[in-house]
Amino acid sequence: MTLPAYLILSALLFAIGLGGALTRRNAIIVLIGIELMLNAANLNFIAFWRYGPNPQSPTGPVFVIFSIGVAAAEAAVGLALIIATYRHYRTTDLDRIDSMKG
Amino acid sequence: MTLAFIILAAATLAGALAAMTLRNLVHCALALTIAFGGLALFYLRLNAQFVGLAQILVYVGAVAILIVFAILLTRGIEAPQQAIFSPAWVVGAAVALIVFGLLAGIILSSKALPATEPAAVETTVRQIGTELMTKYVVPLEVVGLLLTAALIGAVIIAREENEPK
Repeated sequence: MTLPAYLILSALLFAIGLGGALTRRNAIIVLIGIELMLNAANLNFIAFWRYGPNPQSPTGPVFVIFSIGVAAAEAAVGLALIIATYRHYRTTDLDRIDSMKG
Repeated sequence: MTLAFIILAAATLAGALAAMTLRNLVHCALALTIAFGGLALFYLRLNAQFVGLAQILVYVGAVAILIVFAILLTRGIEAPQQAIFSPAWVVGAAVALIVFGLLAGIILSSKALPATEPAAVETTVRQIGTELMTKYVVPLEVVGLLLTAALIGAVIIAREENEPK
């Protein structure tokens, strides 16, 4: 399998996540889109590590392990924020949470 | 392009598309789980076995479950015929298309990408562990601190405020 195939796949996943994060109304789906974007970047990392000049050094997997950890922490905090906002506004619709709109 | 790659890529992309376009939120979360599983299988194909298993443990086993919990905790009594895409969805879709076009253009026109697969070298968990404890010990401790702070913060943010009335 060639490297450009993996890179195109990761670019497609990133674009799908970006499109969903920009267009959906529900806050949780926006967070799902962000997680998809992070996963696409991880796939990119591993593909470049595998096809790069040093496929035996553990640097690629170590970086992606840290990325997975940080993404998990960010998902937890983001979902807690959504739950707190829901408790206040009684909705997760981003088009209705507009009290700071100018 | 081997058949296994095509099938796996189709399953992952279908899961990602379904996660972004379905109406029912729980269906979206389950489609996302399929996308995560497909990505874990890709990591196994790319000789990153530890990352693949960590992906299943963390993303499928924790993040997806957390998302389902959040969906069930924020269920409203909404009208079922409400629009799921915001009114300015064309702009978002156009931005995503432009980003993908740029990335694909750069990838396909690049001459520096190696086209052949180098020989598979075994990267053992022992090597990853040694690197984590010697070369990357500072990032390891910082990520531990980050996870502790993030989870304590998440619990505090999502807690019921019970002030004595």
